[in-house]
Amino acid sequence: MNFFASIGAGVVNGVWKLGLVARFFALLLRYSGQSFLRLHLTIREIYFGGVLSLVIIAVSGLFVGMVLGLQGYETLQRFGSGDALGVLVALSLVRELGPVVAGLLFASRAGSAIAAEIGLMKTTEQLKAMDMMAVNPIARVVAPRFWGGVISMPLLAAIFSAMGVFGGWLIGVVLIGVDEGAFWSQMQSAVDFRHDIMNGVIKSAVFGVAVSLIAVFEGYDCTPTAEGVSRAITRTVVSSALAILALDFVLTSFMFRGL
Amino acid sequence: MSVASNAPLVELKGVRFAYGEREILKGIDLSVRRGQLVAIMGGSGCGKTTLLRLIGGQLRAASGQVTVGGENLSSLGRSGMYALRRRMGMLFQFGALFTDMSVFDNVAFPLREHTRLPPELIRDLVLMKLNAVGLRGAGGLMPAELSGGMARRVALARAVALDPMLIMYDEPFAGLDPISLGVIGQLIRRLNDALGAASIMVTHDIHESLEIVDYVYFVSDGQIVAEGTPDQIRASRDPFVHQFVCAEADGPVPFHYPARDVADDLLGVEGGR
Repeated sequence: MNFFASIGAGVVNGVWKLGLVARFFALLLRYSGQSFLRLHLTIREIYFGGVLSLVIIAVSGLFVGMVLGLQGYETLQRFGSGDALGVLVALSLVRELGPVVAGLLFASRAGSAIAAEIGLMKTTEQLKAMDMMAVNPIARVVAPRFWGGVISMPLLAAIFSAMGVFGGWLIGVVLIGVDEGAFWSQMQSAVDFRHDIMNGVIKSAVFGVAVSLIAVFEGYDCTPTAEGVSRAITRTVVSSALAILALDFVLTSFMFRGL
Repeated sequence: MSVASNAPLVELKGVRFAYGEREILKGIDLSVRRGQLVAIMGGSGCGKTTLLRLIGGQLRAASGQVTVGGENLSSLGRSGMYALRRRMGMLFQFGALFTDMSVFDNVAFPLREHTRLPPELIRDLVLMKLNAVGLRGAGGLMPAELSGGMARRVALARAVALDPMLIMYDEPFAGLDPISLGVIGQLIRRLNDALGAASIMVTHDIHESLEIVDYVYFVSDGQIVAEGTPDQIRASRDPFVHQFVCAEADGPVPFHYPARDVADDLLGVEGGR
């Protein structure tokens, strides 16, 4: 009986939390005006969330592209299609790996920092002090961080993919010796802007909304103690990773044109 | 001590408040007039801070009436509450300074958020507020570089940045050395008189408070159990006030947490752990 009761309690808590997140999201959208009217608040967050994530995104993109180059060539050359390496690298990155891996990295680098910062502001009563000064903390603190993440994420995914393509070229063309003309021309003719690149952009934008919302919610909702902040950071990374992978499946299903 | 005007700026009538089933305040009546500095005292967990949050509109009373500046807080929406809070200042227990801003920017924060003053005027106002708390030279420091007493003084300057009608202090003396404690106490009194504001201070530092306040309310178990001027409090024969003023370990506030008889606990077996 306890087993079933605990399942029931888990479901009820989950539904409660979903309701809280939805309500929080609605409030966030309602008080988002300031993020755009006072653009410097959002630009500051784009710097902290996006610009400071550039190194990890660029280096990871490069390595992922290099691995794709090696693994892709190994597979393709079995079918005598080594020249198609550029297409494989570009499509894998633009449609899938770029948004997903950049999203996972963004969640662990910027999402955790956002949750920690808001959580610590709550713990040290800075949010309460702001509220007592008649300044809405959702408008002043939460919304700029959310929009900063939403704007940064597609740009980071694009940079990740570009660095990945460069990594694939480095391995395929420079190291292995795939024909450079075939590498670029096949990529150019096979990658469609609307169906491949835009799909990736849509995915990364959706992941940006999901990760940023989870990070600001977990920070704002955390128990105001050291342990509470630590749990909020953990939950941000875990929930963001699960959300990215689940949303990726859903989005890919909608974008699937194979049948 | 200042001369207070007659109309109460803050008035609580029959205020009750509970967290779920746990009743924190059980019918509180108090009033604070302009120019008055009032202390709310009591042991830890007696409901003092809850009382302050009700006056600041962070919590809503379950029943009774909280009036601030003639406005009934229960009838105010968010925008009305924010309009009222622009005329309030609050000093939090550990200052609650914004850690990503310098001392100067912390004090300038309410001015920048709520006024359209030119930067030169904001600079002058901030320097005046910092000068009032003796920290004009510390404007460029970050909160992490300040001592506890300095942080409290910066927070005080920020709390009075908009020249509020009501200033609230949540444990302003907690964790301070004797010098800082005296400085903060004198600043609280001086700022209240200079601004012609009303001040409410939640504290359990009885000796420092009795030196500066005009009136004291003692809260115990969610009720006001004693009140009076500092002289009346010092002369009081009320057992609770006596225990508090003389810092006695046992009295109306018991030393022991409720438990079975000590002999039963030590010798008995049943129910013992």
